[in-house]
Parts: sequence; C-alpha cells; structure tokens
Amino acid sequence: MQLAMWTYEGPPHVGAMRIATAMIGVHYVLHAPQGDTYADLLFTMIERRDRRPPVTYTTFQARDLGGDTAGLFQNALRQAYERFDPQAILVGASCTAELLQDDPGGLARALDLPVPVVPLELPSYQRKENWGAAETFYRLVRALAQPRTREKGGRPVCNILGPTALGFHHRDDVVEIRRLIERLGIDIGVVAPLGASPADLARIGEADFNVVLYPEIAGTAATWLTRTFGQPATKTAPLGIGATRDFVAEVAALAGVDPAPVLNGQAARLPWYSRSVDSTYLTGKRVFIFGDATHAIAAARIAREELGFDIAGLGTYSREFARELRAAAAEHGVEPLITDDYLAVEAAIAEAHPDLVLGTQMERHVAKRLGVPCAVISAPMHVQDFPARYSPQMGFEGANVLFDTWIHPLMMGLEEHLLSMFRGDFEFHEGAAPSHLGAAHADAPPVVLPANAGQSWSPEAEQELARIPFFVRGKARRNTERFAADRGVAQITIETLYDAKAHFSR
Amino acid sequence: MTPSLSADLTGPVAPVLRERGQREVFCGLTGIVWLHRKIQDAFFLVVGSRTCAHLLQSAAGVMIFAEPRFATAIIDDRDLSGLADANAELDRMVEQLLARRPDIKLLFLVGSCPSEVIKLDLSRAAMRLSQRFAPSVRILNYSGSGIETTFTQGEDACLAALVPLLPKSDAPALLVVGALADAVEDQLRRSLAALGIAQVHVLPSRSAMELPPVGSGTRYLLAQPFLADTARALEGRGARRIPAPFPLGAEGTQLWLRAAAQAFGANMATVRAATALQAERAAAALARIRPALEGKRVFFFPDSQLEVPLARFLHREMGMQLVEVGTPYLHQQHLAEELALLPADTRLSEGQDVERQLDRCRAERPDLVVCGLGLANPLEAEGLATKWSIELVFTPIQGFEQATDLANLFVRPLDRRTRLRV
Ligand code: SF4
Repeated sequence: MQLAMWTYEGPPHVGAMRIATAMIGVHYVLHAPQGDTYADLLFTMIERRDRRPPVTYTTFQARDLGGDTAGLFQNALRQAYERFDPQAILVGASCTAELLQDDPGGLARALDLPVPVVPLELPSYQRKENWGAAETFYRLVRALAQPRTREKGGRPVCNILGPTALGFHHRDDVVEIRRLIERLGIDIGVVAPLGASPADLARIGEADFNVVLYPEIAGTAATWLTRTFGQPATKTAPLGIGATRDFVAEVAALAGVDPAPVLNGQAARLPWYSRSVDSTYLTGKRVFIFGDATHAIAAARIAREELGFDIAGLGTYSREFARELRAAAAEHGVEPLITDDYLAVEAAIAEAHPDLVLGTQMERHVAKRLGVPCAVISAPMHVQDFPARYSPQMGFEGANVLFDTWIHPLMMGLEEHLLSMFRGDFEFHEGAAPSHLGAAHADAPPVVLPANAGQSWSPEAEQELARIPFFVRGKARRNTERFAADRGVAQITIETLYDAKAHFSR
Repeated sequence: MTPSLSADLTGPVAPVLRERGQREVFCGLTGIVWLHRKIQDAFFLVVGSRTCAHLLQSAAGVMIFAEPRFATAIIDDRDLSGLADANAELDRMVEQLLARRPDIKLLFLVGSCPSEVIKLDLSRAAMRLSQRFAPSVRILNYSGSGIETTFTQGEDACLAALVPLLPKSDAPALLVVGALADAVEDQLRRSLAALGIAQVHVLPSRSAMELPPVGSGTRYLLAQPFLADTARALEGRGARRIPAPFPLGAEGTQLWLRAAAQAFGANMATVRAATALQAERAAAALARIRPALEGKRVFFFPDSQLEVPLARFLHREMGMQLVEVGTPYLHQQHLAEELALLPADTRLSEGQDVERQLDRCRAERPDLVVCGLGLANPLEAEGLATKWSIELVFTPIQGFEQATDLANLFVRPLDRRTRLRV
C-alpha cells in the first residue's frame, strides 16, 4: 500500500479515456462501478469539452457480483455498439473490474461485432495514467495501422503523434508544430490521437517518419512503428528555443530538406527579451523544477540556457522516464528526484529554498504555502491550463509563451532593484507583492524555518535578518545557521550574520 | 405564505419509472469532501485504488488544503498477490498517518470497491487499531464503495457508523440528523430553541469528541433525505423519527420546524408566533424571484437524493413544472411527506439508464436540467440550460435565510442565458 493525499496521475483507464476522447469514431466500453463515471468531468469540466467522453461504463453493483457481471458487460457493449455506431471499440476494466477477472476482451470477441474491437489490459494496481494512454494508443495503432502503399519519393510526409484530450496545451502545440513542419516543405500525414479516426490510424504507415511530441504517450507506438514499418521517429521535444532549433534540424534531416529558411526566419522574442537589460535580474535565480519527464527535462535546459537561471532541483513523477531524468539531473549537477509522493516533493522544495518553482498544480500550492513564486509547466490538468487564448508551449511561439509565464510570477527587474534600495520603506516593503500581481498575492504566509537545535538568534540579529529582502531572507537564514553550526556558534549575532555573508559571497 | 397541508395531498399516482442501465453518479467516497469540513477533528482514510484517490481529488476540485484531512491507502500489486499482508500494510499506513497527524481524534477507515471485492475486513481492522491507539484516537469504518453506495449515501454510512458510539440517555431530546453548514445549523438551532425545545443535539457534531446522546426519549428529525441506514441505527438505539418534509424553501423549513414543535407538544400558536417573521421574510423574498422561474419546466437527473424535496420546492414555491424527477434511490417512507406535496402527474424515476434518460430529456427540451458535472456542459452545448447538482450539496441551502440562495441557484443559469449575446 501507498499513502496518497494527492496524486499526479490518475489510473491507467483514465489514460485510455484520454485517447478515446481525443479521437473520432472510437468508443470505449469500460467495466467499472458507478463512481468511476467521475472521470467524465475531467473532460467536460476541466477541459470544457462540449461532448461527453465516448465511454460506456457497466456500473455493476454489489448485488451483481454474485450474478452475471460478464453478461452485464456484454449487454453494455452491444448497446453501446448499436447506439454509437463506432468505427472501432476499446474494451477494458477499471481497478475493481480487474479483480472480477471477467475478461472483457474474450467477452467482446464472443459477440463478434462487425468493427475492430481492441482489448486493453491495463494493470491498475501497477500502472498509471500516462502509461495507460501510451499502451492504449499503441494497441490501437497496432490493431489498425496498415503498411505503406505510397511510392517512395515526392514531397516528404510525416505524422505527428502524441497529442491527447486532457493534455497539457496539446491543442495549441499541434497547431504550432504543424505550422513549423509545413514551413519546412513537409506534408503532414496523420495527427493522432487528437482528431484522428480509426481510418486515419490505418494510413499511419504511409508517412516517411513520425514526429513524437510527447514520448510519455506516443513513445511506445512510435517504437513499434519504427520496428514494423521502418519509420524513424524524432527524439527532441521542441520546448524552448534551443530544443526547437534542434528539432527543426532533426526533422529537416529526416525529411531531407534544408532547415535554414525556418531557422533563419524565426520570429521568437525570447532571445532578445532574455538579453534585454530588464532581464539582468533573472541571472542566477535558483529554480526548482518538477513535472512529467518531458516538460521537466526541457524546462531545465530552458531555465539554464535561455533565462540564465540556476537549477536548484529537478524531478519527475514519470517513473517510466527515470533514466532520462537522471541523466538530465547529472548534467545540471543536481540530485534527481523521482517520486509520485507530493509530500516528498514539498520537502525537497522547502529544502532547496528556490527563488522560483516550475511545477504542476500541486507544486503551485506548495509554493504558495512557502511564499515562493511558481509557474505551472506540466499536467495534472487544471481548468486554468486550458486558456481561451492560443498558448502553445512548443515551437518558437511556445518559447515566447514560456518566457511570459515563467517570468510573470517574479518581480519585474526594476522593481526588484528598487526593493533592495528602499528596503524597510513602509510602503515599498518586502511583504508587498509584485505590483502587477495585485494585493491578493501578498498574503502568502512567510516561510518559517525552524532554527537548528541548540541554536538561537539574538533579537538584534533577527531584526537585521528582517531587513534583508524577503526573497533572499530564507537563504540568508539558512546559510547563517549552517555557518554558525559549522563553527559551533550557539548564539547568532549580527556579527555572525555578516561573517556568514562574507563567507558565502566569496 | 402559510403552508397548507390540505391543498393537494395526493402525491404522484403514476408508477415510478425504475431503470437499470448506466448510472452517471458519484460513489459514496465523495461524501468525504464535505464530511471532513464538517467534523473538524476527523480524518478519512480510504482503503482503495488510485481511482478512488483520483475521484476524491477530482471531486474536491480546487479545494486543495495545506494537508487535507483525507487520504487514500492505495492498494497495490503486492497486497493483491499476497506478497504483502494487506492487514499489516493497512496498520502500517495508519501508524504512518497518526504519527504525522497527532491532531486526529477520530479516524474513519473508508471501504471502497476494491477493498470490498478482495474482502479486506475493515471493521476488524478498525477494532484492532482502536485497541492499539485508544484512548487518544477512535477508529471506525464504513463503506463508501461505488458498488454499494451512491454519492450522498456515503454520508449515511458514515453517520450510521457513529451511532453505536453515541452515549446513552433516555431523557427527552431532539436530535437533528444530517450534515449542515455550520451557519445553517446555528440558525435552525435558534429556531428550534424559539419553539421551546430545550434539548437539541445534532449529528454529526463539529467535534468528534462531542457526540450527542441517544435513547428512548430521543426524537430525531432528518435534515437530509438520504439517511436510511443512520435512521435505522438510531431506531435500534430507541430513537423515534419525526416525520416531516425537509427544510428546503420557506414552506419546507416551516413544516420541518412545525413537525419538531408538534412532537414536543408546542401548540400551533407558539409555532406561528416563533416562525412568522422569518417565514414571511423568506416567502416575500422568494416571491420577488418567482417570476424568473414560474412556469418553466425542470428536469432532474438522479444525483444526491435531494431531488424530490428540491422538486417540491421548485414546484410549490417557485411555480415550476416538473418534467421528470430522477433520484438514485427513492426512500418511500422518509419521503412520504414530500411526495404528498408533489402533483399527481409527477414523473418520478429511480435508478438510471443515462442514455435513455438523455433521450427523454432531449425530447422534452426542458427549460432547466439539474444534472451532474459529466452531463452539464454537453447539454449546454446542445442548447439546454443546466444547473450542476453537486452545488446543491456543497452550498448551504437549508432554512429560511437560505431559501433565496437556493432559488437563485436555479435562476442564475437562466439569467445568464438572457444576458449573453455571444
Ligand atoms: S466507484 Fe469504487 S473504485 Fe471507483 S472511486 Fe468509488 S469506491 Fe473507488
């Protein structure tokens, strides 16, 4: 057993729902109790979809358990087929039905429906949402994809794989990346699963190669397509300027076209915004990063190379990508954090004492409690992550969006300098929020770090500490206490404080 | 308005439409979302799957607290394969939790579908752990599983689990049963005191340590319509139910208070005197809102079991027409006073086949659909105005002072549609 208050990922059948809901003409018949229908609201409320997810739940009850739950499943399947007339059907079980061992795949076969039925085995007690999405997409592709019939030569064609329903800015990423690829003179074959029908999946083999936007979701299917149809797949997630340029080069090489027109004609503002003087204050800000592996790893590169931040921590809840994250953490010289326990993440953030957190909605709450600014870079999804405006994360426009979203929670450059100049001023004090965030943001509780055992601060030292701007105060306190502890100093005075300052600023 | 019970005491005569098909309702675990706010020193530990944890998180929505007073012990492969002893694992979870949260006085082990299917005996676990952690923590269990409970039935199961713990007292007292918002509870207590009822207790109380007494002198009054098991447990302790409609709307509240007063021997003059001011104020305020709803047709999808009292309120006090009143479970006895107030031709449905119900709803094209979160936006996209039913459970709607808030919950979606030009 594992104790969980909040979870980063839902169960694997929710991943399957994300695939079914993204597609057209697919219906998912899920053997599950009534309460599991809550998952519909993820799509209708959080994502504001105007249609119910194409999912039929058997909603068996306790009184059915002794009886014929298998018959109930077959009934639900037959009725769903008749009512929704899908081109392909997914069948599977949620956690409870998995224990009943009714074998939805076998039961569906016995009905002999005249459409492809793809059985899903998603072990609910081992796996999670993203794995479920990847497995579902792979099973569908495997069942439906046909080998290439198109002659070699002509304009290059690629598929874009990975965008789903309830995905973090997937809707806009697809638009941005499609545009980028088309500007290279490459045709788009199939975009899947978002907006694809089973018939579209059937012609996936026609393309020359696959663009994998989200390895967490399309990785398994893309690997199978490479193996089976010899279609190569991209490895770079086009998040940030550098990665987008790498991605363009990679795509161009796979297609045999010249990347120069796109690389030279880019209209990204991030590079200049980052070089402009107001951004000087971003230098060396310590940032803690946590999210799904793709977004977290990409964020670390952007933070360091494109915004001039320092990486104070890097982690993911995607255990499937632990290896990749470890490699990235090593590159940035931090300990990798691979966990789905949000309390462990909270502890790591408190310990790292960052200036900025780039995380999920969960870290947003943690950061709020700790009084640290935060921007959201990854699922789990929140209604705020589906803005009305166009806001891709990927490509050159995506990089602009990232610049804005990550910088917004911080003080503006000039503001921060004035704050240090006028520290102690009655209005312009450290408890005030960034002016553009309004007063409501000022009431975050201050970070209270317990003093080390056996240490105490003299009132004068405490007073002096209070004069240090709040965004570095925690660090100053921590460093001073460490300095004092190393030297066996029990009572921290003003002198200790400044000794420590001198020591650490060397 | 002076409520009159003699007006049309017929109640629905058409047979109740009983359906079995896909249900589109939450399971009883959802009750934790409001119960943990109500019982302020209790913690709810669901013994279940990642799905259960995800349901709680999704139902709780944006209400992410520093450290919520609920959590899930997620069963994994090792527990199922026997590699780990599920009971020992559960003990370990509880130890871990109580070490982290010394403020917890009452811990509920909440059963789920998976824990029930694998027959993990939570009542034995609760007994075992109670002995270990007594007297500082009490440990109880109930089931919120989706195979046994629907949405609000989770509260019923939780309160029923508390009943055996109630101290015994045969002294005459009134027990108000069902979780209410604190402000509502205080208002109703004041009203009951004004009726001259000296001893008023509530279940659940805000603190797990202040359990109300129960015994042969106890008359209990349900404040919520979904408390079948709790009622049965209270009867088992000697308490007797006061039949009444539910305190929704001015009329409902007045009839509810009047039933309590009658049970405690107050005369009608006292009752009238004590409630006239509030009742008239509420009725006058409702009369101002009534034109927005009058004559409009409303369709209820089953959700919280509040549907029948809500329909009665919307029909009698707001003049709405009832197209269909769906409820997950129709408790004929507890709803007898409510049903008597519904028009004879009311179409009641119990259980659900969501696809067929949607067909009926689309065919009827009601002015307002009361439904769950999974259906609301899709129906709006089809051009139907909706009210999400979960808000009716989370918002304080009982009592005189909340009657207009209740009415406005139904007015707002209609009002919004008249404003928008996009
Ligand atoms: S229906 Fe059962 S499995 Fe699903 S969330 Fe509720 S208790 Fe858990």
